[in-house]
Amino acid sequence: MLAFATLALLVTVALALVRAALGPTVFDRLQAANTVGTCAMLLLAVLGFLAGRPEFLDLALVYGLLNAIGVFAVLKFLRQGDLGEASKDAANLRERA
Amino acid sequence: MSTLVELISAISLLLGALFCCVGGIGLIRMPDFYTRMHAASITETLGVGLILFGLLLLAGWTLVAVKLLMVGALVFFVSPTASHALARAAMTCRLKPVLADAGETTSKP
Amino acid sequence: MARQFSFLLSLIAFWLLLSGMFTPFLIAAGIGSAIVIVLLSRRMDLADHEGHPVHLAWVAVLSYWPWLFKEIIKSAWDVTRRVLHPALPISPVLVEFRPTQTTDVGLVIHANSITLTPGTISVEVGPDRFLVHALTREAGAGLAGSEMDRRCTALEGN
Repeated sequence: MLAFATLALLVTVALALVRAALGPTVFDRLQAANTVGTCAMLLLAVLGFLAGRPEFLDLALVYGLLNAIGVFAVLKFLRQGDLGEASKDAANLRERA
Repeated sequence: MSTLVELISAISLLLGALFCCVGGIGLIRMPDFYTRMHAASITETLGVGLILFGLLLLAGWTLVAVKLLMVGALVFFVSPTASHALARAAMTCRLKPVLADAGETTSKP
Repeated sequence: MARQFSFLLSLIAFWLLLSGMFTPFLIAAGIGSAIVIVLLSRRMDLADHEGHPVHLAWVAVLSYWPWLFKEIIKSAWDVTRRVLHPALPISPVLVEFRPTQTTDVGLVIHANSITLTPGTISVEVGPDRFLVHALTREAGAGLAGSEMDRRCTALEGN
């Protein structure tokens, strides 16, 4: 059953890649990338069990975190055109203080 | 007993894998961005949940199970936030959703 | 202060669960990094009532999670049927309504629960206005004054 799950996850990744290639807007591509990330995380977990090496789960955890942070980073870049400059952040902090 | 647990785990892995595929199919079939997000959220809730549950039964009472629960909690808390950020960004960029009754938001006070 | 102490304890527990090795050196390293992180989060002002909510009504939280899982399964099954249906019977709508929560944490839990349930996605979130995209008219109609709304308000516990 683990092998079947691996296969199904790969199919899902392929479908998401098709959407990323077709996707008319950048948001479609981002959503597809998010799905690919989720599937990659699951794939790592399942493959770890398939190979009898559950240490892969640590990698899955990091992948899940990076997936979300990646989406936020791209969205922030889209909105503002940069990822935030050090001087601007410092100014914001001073305003809050 | 252990065969029963294995059977439940196999069923849950199978269903989870199928739900992941459904999400992928929805991602291809749906007509516009917002509806595609609904399809992708199947993968992120039931797909992830059932596959992790199946692995959890395989792992038994070990630290591996705790890590699986952590992965689950991470997805559970973070993926809706990412989805919301995506939808909001799309809306602020004035990406118009395809609506059933053209235009008009149904507002309820 | 109590909040920072419980934050420290949960960080140490997190380290121990992740490492799974209990030699004195690794435990000391874990406690050291947990203290550094608590100091950093103090500097960044993160361990406030929002980042580490110890004040929720925990009994209500415990009964909320199983209910949410049930809702997720129900609506995911509904969306699955619609995705696989040859005619694709969807009727996407945008719904606007006013949530009854008053605190930030309550609003966030409500918005996240809406997004987590397949078939509805919160698009804009504010204290007096939620804008939700729903996959079907029925899913959109049940949002204002829903049971989820009531339960999230109960979570706030004050």
